[in-house]
Amino acid sequence: MGIISGTMVTIELMLMSLLVGLVMAIIMTLIYQSKSWYCKAPINVFIFLVRGTPMLLQFFIIYYGSAQFAWLKASPLWMIFKDPFCCAVIALAINTSAYTTVLFKGAINSVPQGEKDACKALGLSPFQSMWHIILPHALRIALPAYSNEVIMILKGTSLASTITVLELTGISHQIASQTYMFVETFLIAGLIYFVINMIIVGIFKKLEKKLAFASV
Amino acid sequence: MINLNGFTIQLLLGAKLTLLVAVGALILGLIFGLIGAAATLCKNKFISLAAFSVTSVIKGFPELIVLFTVYFGGTALLTMLFHHYVDINALIAGIFALALIFGSYATETLRGAFLAVSKGQASAAQVLGLSKKQTFFHILLPQVWRHALPGLSNLWLVLLKDTALVSLIGLADLMNKAQLAASETSELFTFYCTAGLFYLIMTTFSYVAIKFFSKKVNQYEKI
Repeated sequence: MGIISGTMVTIELMLMSLLVGLVMAIIMTLIYQSKSWYCKAPINVFIFLVRGTPMLLQFFIIYYGSAQFAWLKASPLWMIFKDPFCCAVIALAINTSAYTTVLFKGAINSVPQGEKDACKALGLSPFQSMWHIILPHALRIALPAYSNEVIMILKGTSLASTITVLELTGISHQIASQTYMFVETFLIAGLIYFVINMIIVGIFKKLEKKLAFASV
Repeated sequence: MINLNGFTIQLLLGAKLTLLVAVGALILGLIFGLIGAAATLCKNKFISLAAFSVTSVIKGFPELIVLFTVYFGGTALLTMLFHHYVDINALIAGIFALALIFGSYATETLRGAFLAVSKGQASAAQVLGLSKKQTFFHILLPQVWRHALPGLSNLWLVLLKDTALVSLIGLADLMNKAQLAASETSELFTFYCTAGLFYLIMTTFSYVAIKFFSKKVNQYEKI
């Protein structure tokens, strides 16, 4: 069945871009903690650019826009940029990394100052205190808001259909134009997204409960 | 300056349509949001539950699916109803779909804003002999507006970016014009980035305007 394979592609896209995006976000958040402006400025510009433009445009820039450069086409990097699935993962990862970095920045700021002082008093190095104390706490603070981000990315995967990835939306568009059952097909696809959505919300609720218990 | 091969005017025309779609969806979406908020606050359990489920289902659908359902599905439904082919205007379908999405999120924001206005305000207005209509428009709405502004302005920024989707149902918006120019000149990267610059200008301008308004709205707030 096309719809099932489409759903699998959607989930695959979501998980891969979330993973890449999360790693990028953590790296950017760590760099942002530095006091020098030349570390902060590029990240701020990156966030400004990503948040100020439509996700659809980002997909198009990465997939179609990359074809403008002959040197890119000649380089081995073209293996990545010619594949629509890889481009979709890149676009989604860039998007989620920008939003998640903003989230983490706020979360790190809301870690109580006393905790940071305690790390210093215990003689932990800045890296140790960030990696073992502050970051884990910040991630826990950011968790509820991060679930919204995951849902945003799930919904964002539907845009991959515009760059010829046959995920759930792409497949249902194909089925709908073959059978002329537009309403039924799109509603089924929408409901599948809705169910995945609910599952994500459920997982995060469970996770929150578990982490809240561990922190007491 | 980047050479745009005379496509600048085309891009500006596209930006005009993008703004038209965004503003149209904002107005219609605010109406949907007000109706939704009124319905979820309704004492009738059935109505509030129905409003709640409709908005959460729409929020759970990807924007693209909502748009396709309204545009393609609407055409199919009307064709079935009238027994001959009915073509839905893509502009109306686009605005309607985006308004549905905006309205679903605005329902939650407005609902919270209505609940945030203390009950004493309505009672005081009643004691002063104001009619229900006067109470709503002169007492409640200005305060609701103040509470809802931060949430609604975020939604506006999301809406502005979501308008890019209407290019997929054939509307000649900024995104569509950029696509056209890109395929014509095969300078894809240049034109998509230029379109991105246009979007950045629009979102940045909105952001500054929102900052200004929220200062103005909150100038009497004492905390």
